Amino acid sequence: MNVQSNVTPELAAEHGLTPDEFARAVEILGRKPNITELGIFSVMWSEHCSYKSSKKWLRTLPTEAPWVICGPGENAGVIDIGRGLAAIFKMESHNHPSYIEPYQGAATGVGGILRDVFTMGARPIANLNALRFGSPDHPKTRHLVSGVVAGIGGYGNCIGVPTVGGECTFHSSYDGNILVNAMTVGIASTDRIFYAEAAGVGNPVIYVGSKTGRDGIHGATMASAEFDDQSDKKRPTVQVGDPFTEKLLLEACLELMATDTIVAIQDMGAAGLTSSSFEMASRGGMGIDLDLDEVPMRETGMSAYDLMLSESQERMLIVLKAGREDDARAIFEKWELDFAVIGRLTKSGRMVLKMGGEVVADLPVAPLAEAAPEYDRPHRQTPARPEILASDIVPKKSIKDALLTLIATPDLCSKRWIWEQYDHMVMADTVARPGGDAAVMRIHDSNRALAITTDCTPRYVAADPVEGGKQAVAECWRNLTATGARPLAITDCLNFGSPEREDVMGQFVGAISGIGEAARSLDFPIVSGNVSFYNETNGKAVQPTPAIGGVGLIDDLDHTAHVGLDKPDLAVIAIGATTGHLGASIYLREISGSEDGAPPRVDLVAERRNGDFVQTQISSGTVKICHDVSDGGIAVALAEMVMAGGKGITLSVSDTADHGWWFGEDQGRYILAVDQSAGQKLISDSREANVPAQQIGVSGGEVLELGREGAISITSLREAAERWLATYMDA
Amino acid sequence: MKAAVIVFPGSNCDRDLKVALTQSMGEQPAMVWHRDTTLPEVDLIAVPGGFSYGDYLRSGAMAAHSPIMKEVVRFAQRGVAVLGICNGFQVLTEAGLLPGMLMRNHNLRFVCKDVFLRVDQNDTVFSSGYTDGQIIRIPVAHHDGNYFIDSDGHAQLEEERRIAFRYCDETGAISDNANPNGSLSNIAGVLDPSRRILGMMPHPERLSDPMLGGNDGRAMFDSLISSIS
Repeated sequence: MNVQSNVTPELAAEHGLTPDEFARAVEILGRKPNITELGIFSVMWSEHCSYKSSKKWLRTLPTEAPWVICGPGENAGVIDIGRGLAAIFKMESHNHPSYIEPYQGAATGVGGILRDVFTMGARPIANLNALRFGSPDHPKTRHLVSGVVAGIGGYGNCIGVPTVGGECTFHSSYDGNILVNAMTVGIASTDRIFYAEAAGVGNPVIYVGSKTGRDGIHGATMASAEFDDQSDKKRPTVQVGDPFTEKLLLEACLELMATDTIVAIQDMGAAGLTSSSFEMASRGGMGIDLDLDEVPMRETGMSAYDLMLSESQERMLIVLKAGREDDARAIFEKWELDFAVIGRLTKSGRMVLKMGGEVVADLPVAPLAEAAPEYDRPHRQTPARPEILASDIVPKKSIKDALLTLIATPDLCSKRWIWEQYDHMVMADTVARPGGDAAVMRIHDSNRALAITTDCTPRYVAADPVEGGKQAVAECWRNLTATGARPLAITDCLNFGSPEREDVMGQFVGAISGIGEAARSLDFPIVSGNVSFYNETNGKAVQPTPAIGGVGLIDDLDHTAHVGLDKPDLAVIAIGATTGHLGASIYLREISGSEDGAPPRVDLVAERRNGDFVQTQISSGTVKICHDVSDGGIAVALAEMVMAGGKGITLSVSDTADHGWWFGEDQGRYILAVDQSAGQKLISDSREANVPAQQIGVSGGEVLELGREGAISITSLREAAERWLATYMDA
Repeated sequence: MKAAVIVFPGSNCDRDLKVALTQSMGEQPAMVWHRDTTLPEVDLIAVPGGFSYGDYLRSGAMAAHSPIMKEVVRFAQRGVAVLGICNGFQVLTEAGLLPGMLMRNHNLRFVCKDVFLRVDQNDTVFSSGYTDGQIIRIPVAHHDGNYFIDSDGHAQLEEERRIAFRYCDETGAISDNANPNGSLSNIAGVLDPSRRILGMMPHPERLSDPMLGGNDGRAMFDSLISSIS
């Protein structure tokens, strides 16, 4: 090859390589890289692809359990759900593109995570998304909500995978950097799971899907730098999604997977052809030769650099068994997709790219992968915040008014305006629709189901990263438990500011420690995930937001619980200890106007004990109505149950119940509703299990009767909860 | 009864329809690929929801010109019953088997939710399992469900009693509030003059199983079995 290179350290810096990293690249090659090679180094060593700032800490997370088939490192995590089936899932961020171009950014985020799941052999059965927007008063927020929701819907609705849950909250820290985290769950046969490990010298490397254009060049690098006022100019690096092509690719890949022809397969996501080819070769310890002239192109005059760095969507790279090309080609022709043999596996241990008859890049695979930088970045622990007692807070509103205010806030109000734009019923297996604790998706043609949720309380993580990290995992576990599911495993999507700042790195290290501790205590391993750093604009970082996506298994759909209180004369029972913790609560923020205070402690032993008790009550068929207690405490939990089911409650709480009792956010709690006779037995069983349980009311009527605090009609509650988002978006 | 479900590459309710038909028929429908040029001998052709060829042009416009649709039209002319749901309804209007058209929803947003329908015609092979004026609850999920027809066409539909379902509220009242997409006269489903072709935006196949929260769609598939076989 022509080893002449006009790559300068300045150009390397523009590609995001530090002087040290550039020197290491030169050392590995024994010469200066040319521009194509520089591009490859820059994306493979970007934070987004290399996890260079997070690896050290991610290694501390628990990733194993007897039911884990494949943990982190592959395209998605895989767990055994029995009867020959596996659940395959992952959550991933698409934050920067969604801020720059909300519709396409969010849409391609959904497309990317779907491919991560079906590339492993699963048919996707559910999409969820965790969304964080800036303050509703910020001039961009309405436009971003509108575009992101339309983009998520536009992609998922077309491909025909139901979008069934997630979260959506607002905070000024996201004004210049929203978070769009998309999760997909799929189901595969345990004997048909496909990995991205290349093998077999001479096996052909196949490109399938859409043609390659110049869209998204350097998306991975963009995701690895903070934003500034010029970020809108990055719009050309946002990719454009084509969900119809993705549908074709999904069906064609699943059809191909039913044959015995695939050695390895990986989608072309961030860093496109570079990362897919390089990572497959690297995992298998292989070399790879690619002839870039064979890559299907959408534009003329594309260079090797363009082709290797393009993030055009809806593409896959497959290593086939030699000789099976025609069988595979017939399937892709049926689905009218491009199919091209673009290279072969070699034993050279090198990635060699040819174009126009010349070698345009020649890189050693293992050294490049092994020399990927890893940093132990300096980190500073987040200072502890003071405990705030209910008695420290003078209530500004009556309990009744505070409740009506809280359920109408942007964070707690009904998100119907959003989820009615998502097809959440296609595939006809959605048992619990959006709005409950977790989506419940029937495993097709069976009486079993998966419960799925995403959770995080960023204000807790900001206040105390360790407790906040624990809480995100615990709340996820609790939401699954509340449906009657056995929680099995999680995926994490860790959204933070710049790791180059000690306070942010301190938040990250703290959150990982909390997540790890909770995951170990709850037997809830992390099987896949994604780290998104540099979520900041002009030096202002987002609240630390480690979103946790969880999957649980319901063995018998006849024994599951829902949130809606839909029967009269049931005993309403609170499970778990209520101390009235108001620090970092939503009550404190929305009613008292303060974001101060330490978050609630998560007692993981009590969490487990309470949750296991509740899960047993549901799976044995005793309890059919259950809701976890989280933001806004008992009062908000009760209001949500009443609104969802249409039956009121008459509460019989102590006259000493104060704002801490009603709105405190103590962890490990649930509200159950059960026949009164069964309720008596449940309470006596709870004593034996050392689980706090107390009857707090009886269901019935048209109002939520708050003891001496007065009553609110269900109609008024619903009107308050439904009002804000629709009014805001239509303004 | 024998049935066929047409499968376009972007269909995504084909499996749901197959499940609902199988539940009522006791045997599976034939799944017929869009590029096929012949249909098996069947008593019912169902055109499912989804995005046929992506629908980046007008929904159903390209599908109406697909090879299999020529055959569907030929079968329809012979009197074989045809049911188009959601995208299937759009395809049938584009193919000229049903009058009117489906425009973008009045608020320009995709809408997925349960709606109430009033059964306005129960003397068809599709609806004999419902009582006249029955209020049923089944979901819609579409971006282009805003039914429009010119005033002469509308008058003719009314005159010939060809409006099969209308969006209504829980009590059966036909109102703007109960109309999820802006459809003229709350029209949710229309029949052809022979009353053997039905197009409807709501998805009966999605609530034909109590586990999913309702069973009001099932009577449609049961009606077909009892009227046709």
